This record gives sequence, C-alpha cells and structure tokens, in this order.
Amino acid sequence: MTALLEIRSVAVRFGGVMALSGVDLDVQKDSITGLIGPNGAGKTTLFNVICGIRQPTTGVVLLDNKEINGVPTQKRSAMGIGRTFQRLELFTTLSVFDNVLVAAELARVSNPHAVAREQIELLGLTDRTDTIAGELPTGSARLLEVARALAGRPRLLLLDEPASGLDDVETQQLGVLLQQLKSLGITVLLVEHDMSLIMKVCDQIHVLDLGNVIASGTPDQIQHNPSVIDAYLGAVR
Amino acid sequence: MQQLVAYTIIGLTTGAIYALASSGLLVTYVTSGVFNIAHGAIGMIAAFSYWQVRFEWGWSAPVALIAILGVLCPTLGLVIDRVALRGLAQATEVTRLTATVALMAAFIGIATWIWPPENRQPFRGFFDGNNVSVLGVNVGWNKIIALIAAIAVAVGLRILLYKTRLGIQMRAVVDDRSLAELNGARPARIASASWALGASLAGLAGILLAAEVQLNVVPLTLLVINAYAAAIFGRLKSLPLTFLGAMALGLTEAYLLWGQGQSWFPETIGGFSTAGLRQATPTIFLFLLLMLLPQAKLRAGAARVRERSAIPQWNIAILGAAVLVISSIAVTGMMTRSNTIYLIQALIMALAVVSLVPLTGYAGLVSLAPLTFAGIGAVLMSKMPGDGNIVSLIAVVVVVALIGAVVALPALRLEGIYLALATGAFALLVSILVFNQGKIFSNGVAEVPPLRIPGVDLSQPRPKAIFLSVAFAVVGLLLVALRRSSLGRQFVAMKDSPLAGATLGMNLVRTKALAFAMSAAIASLAGALDAGKVAPDNYTFDRSLPILLLAIVSGVGSIGGAFFGGMLLGSNTVLASIVPSITNITRVTPGLIGLSMGRNPNGTASQIATGFRPVTSHPQSLLTALSGIGALWLLTSVDIISHWGFFAALVIWGLGIVPNLPALAVTSGRSRVLCLLIAAVGMGIAAFFDDIFEAVPTGGRLLAIIVLFVVVGNAIRRIHTPVAPTTKSSPDLMGLTGFTPEELSQSDRAIKVVP
Repeated sequence: MTALLEIRSVAVRFGGVMALSGVDLDVQKDSITGLIGPNGAGKTTLFNVICGIRQPTTGVVLLDNKEINGVPTQKRSAMGIGRTFQRLELFTTLSVFDNVLVAAELARVSNPHAVAREQIELLGLTDRTDTIAGELPTGSARLLEVARALAGRPRLLLLDEPASGLDDVETQQLGVLLQQLKSLGITVLLVEHDMSLIMKVCDQIHVLDLGNVIASGTPDQIQHNPSVIDAYLGAVR
Repeated sequence: MQQLVAYTIIGLTTGAIYALASSGLLVTYVTSGVFNIAHGAIGMIAAFSYWQVRFEWGWSAPVALIAILGVLCPTLGLVIDRVALRGLAQATEVTRLTATVALMAAFIGIATWIWPPENRQPFRGFFDGNNVSVLGVNVGWNKIIALIAAIAVAVGLRILLYKTRLGIQMRAVVDDRSLAELNGARPARIASASWALGASLAGLAGILLAAEVQLNVVPLTLLVINAYAAAIFGRLKSLPLTFLGAMALGLTEAYLLWGQGQSWFPETIGGFSTAGLRQATPTIFLFLLLMLLPQAKLRAGAARVRERSAIPQWNIAILGAAVLVISSIAVTGMMTRSNTIYLIQALIMALAVVSLVPLTGYAGLVSLAPLTFAGIGAVLMSKMPGDGNIVSLIAVVVVVALIGAVVALPALRLEGIYLALATGAFALLVSILVFNQGKIFSNGVAEVPPLRIPGVDLSQPRPKAIFLSVAFAVVGLLLVALRRSSLGRQFVAMKDSPLAGATLGMNLVRTKALAFAMSAAIASLAGALDAGKVAPDNYTFDRSLPILLLAIVSGVGSIGGAFFGGMLLGSNTVLASIVPSITNITRVTPGLIGLSMGRNPNGTASQIATGFRPVTSHPQSLLTALSGIGALWLLTSVDIISHWGFFAALVIWGLGIVPNLPALAVTSGRSRVLCLLIAAVGMGIAAFFDDIFEAVPTGGRLLAIIVLFVVVGNAIRRIHTPVAPTTKSSPDLMGLTGFTPEELSQSDRAIKVVP
C-alpha cells in the first residue's frame, strides 16, 4: 500500500486558537479512511487545508509524494482532489443536473452531459434531475454534493458528514456506494458522526481531538482504544 | 508658514466633518450589517431641512438643531431600518446594497422636488461672520464647531460603546449576533438605535458641510464618498482608524487646494488638466484603499440566494426577439417623430440595463458604473476614424470590453460592498478626471456619428429606433446563448457558491473578469449607438444608480426583465419631459420602486411571466389572446380605431385581460357575465382612447392607460373563480414527494387542511 495523501505536522492557528496542532496522518491509495472526533476537533479545518482554502501555519501536505502547499484551490481539483461540504455549498439556483454539469465542465471531461447524467444516476437522484438544488430536502442535497464532487473525476474524495440528514436506508445505500467508489479506484477520506457507517466501511480510521491525532488504526482497534472511548466514543461499547 | 497653518486648519476641520459622517456610517454598518450607501443622502436631507427651519422659517439655531438632529434624523433612521431594510435581513448582500441605493435615489429625488435649485437663500454657518484667531489665522466659527463636534463625538462614542449598557450590547452584537441574542440582547432594537444614531451623525456632518459648500443636492450626497474612504481606512471596524483616515483625507484635500494656487503646481499632466484633482481626492483615496485591501477570503455558508432566474428557452427567446422587432417596425410607423425619439431613449436605456444581466443577474456582481462604460463607448465612437463605420463600432466594443476587464481586475479581489464601492469610485473618477477634460468632450459635447449601414439612414428616428430594437434583440439572443452555455452556468454557480466553484476548479478571477468585460461591452453599445450630440452629464454616477435599480427591480436575471426596466426608465423620462408637473414624481419613482424589492426579489418581469404561464399552457386562452391582438391590428389598419386606441387596447388586453383568460374559462354564471362586461367596457374605453382623452397630453394619457389596466385587471381578478396555483415542491415536504398530487390533496382533505 502507498499513501496518496500525507499530512505532515500540519498546524493551523486562528488568532490565539490552535485549530490543528501538528497533525500527521496518511491516507492510503484506494482505501476508505475515516476521520472522526468530537465537534471542534479540527476535521473541517483539515479538509480546508487539503483543499487549499486555508494555508497551514506550519507543516506540509503531500499528494503523490509532491508538496502541494502553495497550489491554489482551483488547481487542486485538476490534481484530483474533490470534496463535499458539511454546510451545504450547492449552486442553489441551478437545477440538480446543472450543478453536476458545471462540475463536469470545469473538470474538462470529454462528454460532460453524459458524465453528469451518470453521476446523478449513481446517487439515485434521477427523479430530481430538474429540481432546483435549493429546493431539495437535506438528504438529497447531501447526495447531490457527492454527485457533483464525483463529476469532477477526483482521485481523492473528501466527504464532510455525507450521512447527516439521510435516513437509515439512505445511509446504508451510501455505504454501498462508498465501497463501489473504492473499487473504482477512488480514495475516500470520510468525516462522519454515524459510527456504524464509519466502522462498517472504513479500512483505516484517524481520531482527531482538539487539533491532535489521538489514535489511528483499523475500526476494530479504534473501537477498543481507551483514549478514543474517553475522548469521543464515550459509553458506546 | 502662515498659509501652511491656515490650510492645515482647513484640512483638520474638513477632516472633522468627514469623521462625523464616517463614524455614523460605521456605527450602523457594524451593528446592522447594512452598508448604507444612502448615508450621505441622509446628511443632505438634514442640511436642507435645517436650512428650511433655520433660514426660511427663522427658528433659532438651538431649536433647529434639536428639531433636525434630535427628531428628524433619528426618525428617518428608524423608519429606514424598520420599513425599508428589516424585510431584507435574509436577502443577499447585493439585494440589501441595492435597497440603500434605492434610498439614495429616492432621497435625491425628494430633495430636488421639495427644494428646487432656484431662489435659494444662502446657507450660513454657525455664528457666521465671526472669526477666531488661531496661531495668527482667522478661522470661522463653523470650522471650530466642526472640530469640537468631532472630538465630542469621538469621546461620546467611546463612552457609549464602553461604558453604557446599550453600547456594550452593540459591541456584543458586532462580535456574535446569535450569541448576544441568546444572552438577552435584542439585535433588532440595537440595530434601530444605531440607525437613529447614525442618521443623526450624518445629519450633523451634512449641516456642517453645507455651511462650507452651500446647498447642492449631489455634492452633499456624495459627502458619503469621503465617509466611505475613511470607513474603509478603518477596515469597517475601527473607529479610531476611521477618524485618522478622515483627518488624513481632509488634510490631503486642503494641501492640494493650497498646491493648486502655487506656481510650481502643474496645470496639466500629459496634456490633461489637473483641475479636477482636488475634487477627486476622496475617490482616489477610496479606490487606492480598496486596492490595498487583502484578497477576499473564500467563506463557507454564504447567504442563501433567494433570487433565481429560470433558464431562458430558445423558442420563447426567438419569439420575443421577433415580436420586439416586428412591433417596433409597426409602432414606429404610427408614432410621431418626437415620440419615436423618446422610444429611442428608452431602447438605449434598455441596452444599458441589459448590460447588467450577465454581470449582476448571472454572476451576482454589482456595478455602480454601467453608464460610465456607455460614456466611454460614446467618446470612443466619436473619436474613432471611419465616421460610423461598422468596423469602428466593433473596435469600440472590443476596447471597452478590455477596459471593463482591466478596470475590474484589481477590483476582482474584492467582493460584495467593497466591489460595488470600487465600481462607484471608478465611475466618479472617470466623470471627474476624464469626461471633464476639454480634450474628451470638446466644449462639453461629443458628436457620436450614426452607424453607417448600406441602404439605411440611421440619422432618421424611425430607422434608428428599429435598428436599436434589432440590436437589443441580438444582444438578448446572445445573452440567452450565454446563459445556456458552460460559461453562463459558471457565472450562476459563482454567484451561488464561489467556494464550491473554486474547489471544482473554477478560476474566480478569470470568471469575474469575463463577466465585467461582457457587461462593459454591452454597455458600450448604449453609448456608441446613441448617435448625436452627447454630454458628459449623460453618463454620471448618479445616473447609473436608477439603471442598477430598475435592472434589479424588474428582474436582472432575465432579458425580458431588463427590457421592461429600460422601457420603464424610458417612459419615466417621457413622462417627465411631456408633463412637467409630474417630473418630481418620476424623479422619486425609481427609488420607491427599488424599496418595494424586499417583497419580491425576483422582480416584476418574473411576476408577469408567472401570470402568463397558465395562459401559454391553455391552448384555448392562447388562441383567444392572439386573435384579440389580430382583431385590434385589423381594426387599426382600416382606421376604425386610432393608433393611440390600438396602443391602449393592446396594453389593456395583453396585461389586464389575457392573464385572466384561463380562469374566465372555468368561471360560470353571473360572475362570468360581469367579468366580460368589465373587459368589454375597458376595451371600449381603450379603443376610443383618442376621442375620450382628446385634450390630454401624452404623459396624462400614459397614466390613464396604466390606471385603466390596473383597474380592469384587478376587477376581473377579484370576480372570477381562482385557478389553483401551481404547487411548488419545497424542502419542507418531509418526504411527501413520493405521492401523486391526487393522493396529496386527498390526504389534505382527510386532515381538513382544505375543505
């Protein structure tokens, strides 16, 4: 196994607050890697660093062993990084189809319309193709975020709480989809509070607390790690 | 040395007035989140009102001050906050900004209405004529008072913000609105208080400034530019820095004034006169400061966009373009020469308004300078060799597009209010420094040659009007193509979420520059195709404001909306020039219409479109509508009804009756007869309009047509059976989307939501 993404001693300071204080973690190629931790642990900040929305105060981000620190956000998608947003960032006045189409066109794929249709079908949004994105219920909106990110043809897909707002059946379907993506050669970094989903699909899990990685390992190791139980999982056994 | 002292004192006192204005601006901005473009206009209104009570009615100065600063201004602030802006709390920044632009336009209109420029008594400052000697320089009391007032306000604000309960709540709201609310502060009340305070400070600054520059609507209103510059110096956060910025600005202006009297000061630079330099100082200051601001950060959770524009359909667009061209051919055949010239002006306005469609409607960027680009287009066309050659026109469009992109480039790092301010500053700079040059407009006019097209004489009104409608139709179709293209989708995507766009690989700077270039190119047509003698006054900043307002109000996302807005602006000038008695009303209307925006951010055109939607899907009604138009045409061509009758009947039929046709088809019995009766009477009055309104001039006739259409339309609407509105899917359906409409209405009945 080789690492697709490496985070090396990344620290981010907001004024007097350390949002991330020297994080080290790897995301292996063709894996589903979970990133869990309590609210405010720094998960979204780490996503922003990976996407280039925020520059780390110190430390480096490596993609395919190449440092990408200075690369602007819009160039990172061409390098294969795609993401969804915890607070939805849909193109709310465009239709579902156009949301995905814009992504496909920006990625300069050869047949953007076909790619868009394909992703919408993959996420089960075909019935809503012409719905205005701003009028979608939260669950479908989250799925649309995923479809849009996929249309950019990412190698590394960052998902920020994709299951929040989904019901049990939809969450299960999302789990199946993630496995499918993995088999298609898309590496997934998944932030999620739904522990059953995380434990079911992830190959590797990193636990973040107060800006530090407090544990890394397989789902089984994480579930039995005392410091993780202390900081995050609590009474869930 | 003594001169230096004198000018330093002048600078400090001017700076003090700017400081007063900008501190008011800052206080309202930080507590309510609304950047009040109309701040200077409030000061202007206060200055005029003070003059009214003090010098016209002879009140004593203290009583007048209490009346204006203690009663009028706070009331004005409260009313603005409560009536005009509260409904927009959830709207986008663009919409809120436009609402204050509307306020500014309305205030300018009101002031010119109440206080016409003629026969004005001079505005005398406090203790006029009495001077104090400071370091051997005689200084008027007004200046001393300005300085004292600024210091007092600085100290007062400091005490208010740090020592009083209200002030601490204000700061808490600035810090974290929702947290402050949770802890018992009431942001709405605090915002009201800050609006009252801000308006009073604007008023004080306005009164003090009026004593220095006399009563003049536009210069007093533009006092706000100085306040903007100072406030931006304080990064819209810091009061001390804002005061410092204001003082620096005042001093720079004073020293420039001094320098201009000296022999070493160059009268021209590179052949261009430097006379406008001092006047332009605040604007240059503002522009530079904006350029020095750090790059706007990508932020998550941008305001949810309420405004939306449907994707234009080709068949409707082509039909619309054809109808426009054909009807302009038909209508101009019936119109008098002078009315055709008014139509030309309206079409020019429509082109200026439509220039905002790609920029503001699609890409969500505000420009306060559409007419500046039109002006540049006109100037270039007049200077271009070829005398109206089509190649010259293309060259002009390309050059203005480039200017648009280049001007925008530094501004592209900015967003929201900063970007809007930068475009406003650009508009003022071009007006003061470029358009006022003798070289550019010789003797204040430029001669724009008519475009030369073989076989068509565009110097005649009728061909010109037809040509302009063709030009508008072509621009409209190009915009439809743009909106349906990949780039058009990217514009809209950027408006909705720049953050998501960037993560998907969108180059925001390039996309914004393209939007600006396209907008500038279209606007340049509004100048370059307006053949004839034009003056720089046609292209000033304050004239650009109604363009933006009507664009937004009539639906900037749609081309039809832009056309509607242009016609509205055009008919406004028609009304004003034909019926002088209602000139004042027409001055105020764009502003008032703008303020109505809070209710429907999608604009008028989409409302009308919603009204027509049932008609287009109901073949019987559509057929009736079209045959009605055909019948009118026939009756006119055989001279049974006059041209005015045709126009009036067309408006009543098209806007008043046709939207009601589908409902009339299902209405039965007496109501149906009544509706048909009303429709018949309305059409009858319209058809014989000329005979009934024989003695009434054009403006009155237009008003009568509007009244008739509103009365007929509303009367019918109230009587007939309402057609069920089409339901919209909403995020609140809570998973009910899997049901058919029948099932849903069945369950609605079961739980007695509907009878």
